[in-house]
Amino acid sequence: MFNKEDIKKLAKLANLPIKESEYEKFASQLSEIISYVKQLERIDSNQVEPTFNVTGLKNINWGDKVEPSLTQKKSLQNAKMQRNGFFVTKGIFNE
Amino acid sequence: MNDLTDLTLTETLEALDNKKISEEELNRAYQQKIDNLNPILNAYLYICQGSSGIPYAVKDVIVTEGIPTTAGSKILEGFIPPYNATVIERLSYHNLRIIGKTNCDEFAMGSSGENSAYGPTKNPWNLNKVPGGSSSGSAVAVSAGLCSFALGTDTGGSIRQPASLCGVVGLKPSYGRVSRYGSIAMASSLDQIGPITKSVADARLILSWIQGEDGYDNNAVSYSNIKSQTKKSDNLSGIKIGVPKEYFGKGLDTGVESAVKKAISKMEELGGQIIDISLPCTEYAIATYYILMPSEVSSNMARFDGIRFGTDRDNFGQETKRRIMIGTYVLSSGYYEDYFIKAAKVRTLIKQDFERAFEKCDVIVGPVSPTTAWNLGAKMADPLAMYLSDAYTVPASLAGIPSISLPCGFSDGLPVGLQILGKYLDEEKILTIAEVYEQSTEWHKMKPTVDMS
Amino acid sequence: MKRYEPIIGLEIHVELKTLSKMFCGCSADYFGQKPNSLTCPVCLGLPGAVPFTNAQAIQDCIKIGLALNCQIAENSRFERKNYFYPDLPKGYQISQYRWPLCTNGYVDIEDSQNQKIRIRINRVHQEEDTGKLSHLDGITAIDFNRSGVPLVEIVSEPDFREVEQVRIYAKKIQQIFRYLEVSEADMEKGNMRLEANISLREAGESKLPEYRVELKNINSFKFMGDAIEYEIKRQQELLEKGEKITQHTRGWNENKKETFVQREKEEAHDYRYFPDPDLLPLKIEKLEEIRKSLPELPEQILKRLQSMYGLSYYQSQLIVSERFLVDFFEDAVSLGEENKISAVDVANFLINKNVDINKVSPEEVISQITFKKSGIISDTSALREVVKEIIKENPQAVADYKSGKIAVIGVLVGAVMRKTESKADAKIVKELISELLS
Repeated sequence: MFNKEDIKKLAKLANLPIKESEYEKFASQLSEIISYVKQLERIDSNQVEPTFNVTGLKNINWGDKVEPSLTQKKSLQNAKMQRNGFFVTKGIFNE
Repeated sequence: MNDLTDLTLTETLEALDNKKISEEELNRAYQQKIDNLNPILNAYLYICQGSSGIPYAVKDVIVTEGIPTTAGSKILEGFIPPYNATVIERLSYHNLRIIGKTNCDEFAMGSSGENSAYGPTKNPWNLNKVPGGSSSGSAVAVSAGLCSFALGTDTGGSIRQPASLCGVVGLKPSYGRVSRYGSIAMASSLDQIGPITKSVADARLILSWIQGEDGYDNNAVSYSNIKSQTKKSDNLSGIKIGVPKEYFGKGLDTGVESAVKKAISKMEELGGQIIDISLPCTEYAIATYYILMPSEVSSNMARFDGIRFGTDRDNFGQETKRRIMIGTYVLSSGYYEDYFIKAAKVRTLIKQDFERAFEKCDVIVGPVSPTTAWNLGAKMADPLAMYLSDAYTVPASLAGIPSISLPCGFSDGLPVGLQILGKYLDEEKILTIAEVYEQSTEWHKMKPTVDMS
Repeated sequence: MKRYEPIIGLEIHVELKTLSKMFCGCSADYFGQKPNSLTCPVCLGLPGAVPFTNAQAIQDCIKIGLALNCQIAENSRFERKNYFYPDLPKGYQISQYRWPLCTNGYVDIEDSQNQKIRIRINRVHQEEDTGKLSHLDGITAIDFNRSGVPLVEIVSEPDFREVEQVRIYAKKIQQIFRYLEVSEADMEKGNMRLEANISLREAGESKLPEYRVELKNINSFKFMGDAIEYEIKRQQELLEKGEKITQHTRGWNENKKETFVQREKEEAHDYRYFPDPDLLPLKIEKLEEIRKSLPELPEQILKRLQSMYGLSYYQSQLIVSERFLVDFFEDAVSLGEENKISAVDVANFLINKNVDINKVSPEEVISQITFKKSGIISDTSALREVVKEIIKENPQAVADYKSGKIAVIGVLVGAVMRKTESKADAKIVKELISELLS
């Protein structure tokens, strides 16, 4: 069902670096899992509403209230790279 | 006092209150046991030294300010959270202290504890066996007496199943009972934090401490709060106990079946009324779960880009990558309706199964896991076989209902767990019934002897 | 030769000026703050963080929808729009796709030929802003202060046929944001951002073209107008040469006055939208209350100024340009009633004299108009100067006055009247003299 190209495309969409040696394995595992979950096709669910949230709650929204932020130092404390208070990543093309 | 590390939390509180023991003695006892056993069991990824407060363990997917939190993943190696999860804040008011962060399957994805990037945790009852997962370290730490209690998280069985395989109590609260703020999300519509304990009374007490809304999780609610203690009862008269035939079918190990059936007979002896029920959509639960959960996983794992924290995305383990790809696939254009929406609809049917069943009974009982602990490595090459081992725990997760696992016997020297499921937000009932059963048996007093040779 | 007709649609993003961000408690007032100082686990996308919804933002979004004649959904949801970019901390943006708050609205505009055109609004939905990137010597620096600021997106149908219409529409929408007091809508500060999509079709054709070129990251009305004009010409030339245009995104180079390719059509984006499991569904319950709380909008005031005060469309439009000016005008008109000054006079004065309403009061405006009309100087500050001069010039009279000969005040008043050729308001002069000599 899944071939190497499919896995490559998925990996790109998911921003996942996959090793050349892993493609075949993932292709066969995903094929097996997706064919398993396809059994849901057997159920007639046309008249059923989907459940996205089990609580049945609606609209528990908080007011427009400012709370303290993290300090700049704490915000940056786990960053691999930083400069002058900014997070830094390798150059990307934009603007 | 014999072994302080055998004391339940409730007993510990009482002993401290009566000055029968000191906090220092208590901490020394646990620390010593950790020193002896953790190198063998690999339950803790990080250990915090200290001599005051009652020591408890925290699954490493729950963030702790200033204490390294890895979620069992290489991608978070060295991550020091700048904030505490709500549950950690709440527990800080109760003279407790974090004794360590426990090992788990990477980002809580796994049923055996073997998906941790920091090596598998071993089952204290038999070191060749898996402890279950994903809250593997938490269940092992409680079982082996390396903490007074532990926090775990449960998405499809990750508290209940390792509790069952390690012979301790594990409670998955109703979805929304406990704030998820600070629990590193696997599947946000399913994740719940809950206690893993040495007794049902402990589970109740801890739930009473961590429950309720906090202003940070829209889904967390504050109504029908659970009391920290109840009047003790010694019988189950008037209680209707539903037994679903779908939980006793193909794939259920005979040793497990016999232990669970004995437990049901015991409940009948205690005055419970046993009622046969059916949950017809049970067989579709795993398929439903393996569409919805990976969908959320694929999105929740997107923040790990190595910029603000953590390392690069090639540090994700195999299982995480697998779920990200499945989720990406079922959400992608052209498949969303056929997979994601379809599964969300079947989720409704599974929820309705329970609602209908609870019209006839107060609680539902059954096994937690179809088998006892299996050999390390046995299912690692076959992800689907691993997924199917969660067949009895996933339905309650999809429905959002509370469920507890408690010891109910042994099969070939390995613990068997009994699962009690309740109505949405009715933890009160399952805790009460579980405690009556527990107090009429000796299973919870059995402790593993770790083979030190 | 074939004739071509431009098909233009506009997307407007506007940041709301709520106190806190969309899904956390950080201040939304990030302008000029030091980088990454207004962030928290939620808007930094730290592991474990869970968003919670700001109700004020939702209300503001509904207000915008109502002002744009939209239908407001009874049930709405937030969804996750999944894509990777360094300014997007969670790897998804919380947005709306299948269940937007507001749909099917319209805005009527009048173009330069006084022709009325209805621009249909496809949707108005709520989302969150991203962080801000800056690019310097091969690296990208990221500030997440803007991350999570409430953002409302207004998507028009491709109903514009010329640039002028786009300008008028965008200005009108900006004005509505300001009247609603939901945003500063300052293009330069980036509170309000425009994205246009442009394609050409042969005149007489009714189908939409198969491609569209998107213009992004353009931060002024003028540049957007220039870019659209340039793009229409560019596409026309290509089509005349028989070339096929593909879907892609372009930016505007102000120095070269031309658009340039920003992103070629890669693989089509697959955002994998799905309902955000962290957030609850929204049920809009107090719609009538929100509707009642809406302030008078520019269009209504425009009509009122014409019918109530007899102003021309042109005059009304100039006054409506700012909410503050409308209030100023109406205050001045009511003050002017006593002095028999008409609303049209007030409007003319404000418009022709180009009055800086931040520096004068409606009272001063009325006295200036009174003087202009009757020649009577009733402007207190002007008269005070004259009175001061007269006092200096008449030391004897002043001394007499101070010694108790009150009647001598008549001499001083007379002197002022002579100096002002009898145009001063005698009553005010008298008051000023007693004030200055007391």
